[in-house]
Amino acid sequence: MARVLTLLASLVLALPFQVHAGEVAKPAVKIENPDTQCVAPAEEMRRNHMEVLQHQRNRTLRLGERGAKVSLNGCIECHASKTNGSVIGGKDNFCEACHAYAAVKLDCWDCHQPKAGYKAAAVAQPSGENK
Amino acid sequence: MKNEFSRVEEKLFYGLAALGALVTAVGLGAALYMEHHGHVVTGMNNQIVWGLPHVFAIFLIVAASGVLNVASIGSVFGKAVYKPRAPLSGLLCIAMLAGGLAVIMLDLGRADRLVVAMTHFNPTSVFGWNVILYPGMFGIVAVYMWTLMERRMYPWSKPVSVAAFIWRLLLTTGTGSIFGFLVARQAYQSAVLAPMFIIMSFAWGLAVFMVVQKVMYGWNDLALHPDIRKRMKNLLAIFVAAVFYFVAVYHLTNFYFAKQVAFERFILVDGGIFPLLFWGGWLLAGTVLPLLLIFVPGLAAMRGSVTAASLLVIVGAFCQLYVFIIGGEAFPLEIFPGMTVSSSFFDGRIDHYAPSLPEFLLGLGGIGIAFTMTVVGVRVLRFLPKDDLAKLGAAGSLSD
Amino acid sequence: MSAPENKRRAFLAAVGAVAVAPGISLIAPSQAGTAASSAVRFGMLVDTTKCSPGCDACVKACAAENGLVEPIADLRQGSQWIRKIDLVDTATGRQHSLPMMCQHCAKPPCVDVCPTGASFKRADGIVLVDRHICIGCRYCMMACPYKARSFVHQPLTTQNPEVPRGLGCVEACTFCVQRTDRGLAPACADACPQGAMLFGDLNDPQSAIAKRLKEVATTQVRADLKLGTGVRYQGI
Ligand code: SF4
Repeated sequence: MARVLTLLASLVLALPFQVHAGEVAKPAVKIENPDTQCVAPAEEMRRNHMEVLQHQRNRTLRLGERGAKVSLNGCIECHASKTNGSVIGGKDNFCEACHAYAAVKLDCWDCHQPKAGYKAAAVAQPSGENK
Repeated sequence: MKNEFSRVEEKLFYGLAALGALVTAVGLGAALYMEHHGHVVTGMNNQIVWGLPHVFAIFLIVAASGVLNVASIGSVFGKAVYKPRAPLSGLLCIAMLAGGLAVIMLDLGRADRLVVAMTHFNPTSVFGWNVILYPGMFGIVAVYMWTLMERRMYPWSKPVSVAAFIWRLLLTTGTGSIFGFLVARQAYQSAVLAPMFIIMSFAWGLAVFMVVQKVMYGWNDLALHPDIRKRMKNLLAIFVAAVFYFVAVYHLTNFYFAKQVAFERFILVDGGIFPLLFWGGWLLAGTVLPLLLIFVPGLAAMRGSVTAASLLVIVGAFCQLYVFIIGGEAFPLEIFPGMTVSSSFFDGRIDHYAPSLPEFLLGLGGIGIAFTMTVVGVRVLRFLPKDDLAKLGAAGSLSD
Repeated sequence: MSAPENKRRAFLAAVGAVAVAPGISLIAPSQAGTAASSAVRFGMLVDTTKCSPGCDACVKACAAENGLVEPIADLRQGSQWIRKIDLVDTATGRQHSLPMMCQHCAKPPCVDVCPTGASFKRADGIVLVDRHICIGCRYCMMACPYKARSFVHQPLTTQNPEVPRGLGCVEACTFCVQRTDRGLAPACADACPQGAMLFGDLNDPQSAIAKRLKEVATTQVRADLKLGTGVRYQGI
């Protein structure tokens, strides 16, 4: 019984891929600065960028190591689109292009600033009021 | 005739199950809404960080642990009258625990990180302990119910029930300690809280059990044997009185030893809604009235008096938790004793909390989950407490 | 990272801290690949006698540095990493004004209670929230005696690149780690026109802050809780 269920479940799960495999175009990843070299070969980054980022995030945040070769802000500076200045926002943006295709949720940009060279402006917080 | 009844009954069952599912769905929807917009859409803020959802969740979790008391009295302490009630008590325990935990989880700022909560464990955190205590409770109670309902497993029922009993005390201690360890806040730094939560769990759990039992008996056109009814209501009265004692000790120690006079004044006298809920909700409706309904002969003889008393105990529980959780947070932190303070961050000011609809619906959704699980469980398996009166009478269990 | 490197950084911190002028390097910048050192204990001394009641330069500097600029309808739901508190002694009527922020305790209650370990203390004593594993339970806010933490109640888009922060997580003063790691003092200390906030290494006997702590009477807020705060106050 359990086996039948597993089989059914995997069939159902696999269905959309089989149906759509031929229809959805592979993401066209736009490299904004083609003359520069990434911190690692593209093939390696494609497969392992999440591990690289996670490793570095822990070193930076937990241990306070700065100035490493790998840095998320470094990624953004190089990969932000020339049109909207960001790595997300549309199918042409570097992160979103693949992540939309692979349907993997992007969690970084809830907290990290996806725009290159961004500087928060205007202090809107009234302070000293409401005493 | 019989067929007619079962047809109606069937309809009623599906109606109730659908109602439960609907409330649950609305609660989930509210949680999604909060998740999407953030907690701006709630009345919670940086001072009152835990709000109405936590009142619901903590009621459900504490009562879940208490409802299992019925089973413990039967198996651990060998009181025959309570034995047939053990399966129902286990079912209610699991259902309410599920409801309460769901509410706590869905209120998290990052509810999507449930896996993180499970895989990252900080041994110094009382919350962290609870991450082990709650699933453990599910497991033990599930095994316990198995030993009760499966003939082959009967011999295991006693040891497992003892394990469940101990685990349950740990769990409520853990819940009470979530607050008891908070040295920062005037309302919570008290050693009384852990035992107080245990005794509250007894009272609330039994009250919930009585209500459910009443409904089930009514459904099946049965009546509870008056002697059993009498025993259970007397037990409820003892628990309610014990809660009263602990709450009194808690406030008196605050007054005389911890010198939290300003805080006590706030909760008991001039804190607006909080004194109202304390005196009117918890003391009058949740403590005095139930005791009167149980003990005053004229009232006790009335039909439904025990159910009314149980319902009032539940109402009182919500009032008490609201005062305890929200009231305790609304009172400002005393960062600089002996000074009056003011700031842009509302230091030194009493906060006012207005719960929003989504957070209320989320809390209600927790009750919906517990309700649905109970309705379905009762229908699918045999949970109706069936008393073998002849045997009980012969053993003298009814009159002692 | 090896032990000698660790020592070296601590040593540089000691040397750097002697030459003090606002905006100038107080402590050694982090070398590439060098971690925060447990030989260092960062702290701050606030001289409340210099702090003026109407002034909120530190609060503004913090907001600009850390991108705390999102508008919020109900201020009680907004983030305040640092705030000015005005005090009046009920017995004597004496008045004070002081900045209040995360006190960077040696034994932080927020770290004790955090179920996932998202609240943590860096080797150099700076207390931070790891937002990657914060689940937003707010237990740390219940535990903090200083009301130092804020919960992000709404989605954000205006974060500064070096200060990630976002919806559903708890946050607080970081002593501007992005600055201290570069050898700079926190933005608030730099911005104070009175020079009322002195930042440095408490462990280093030669640092300006350690010397001052030796000379004048200072207080830890809620000292009765024995949390060993990294922020000390003078004049209250
Ligand atoms: S809100 Fe985040 S940092 Fe605070 S206790 Fe919960 S998980 Fe830890």
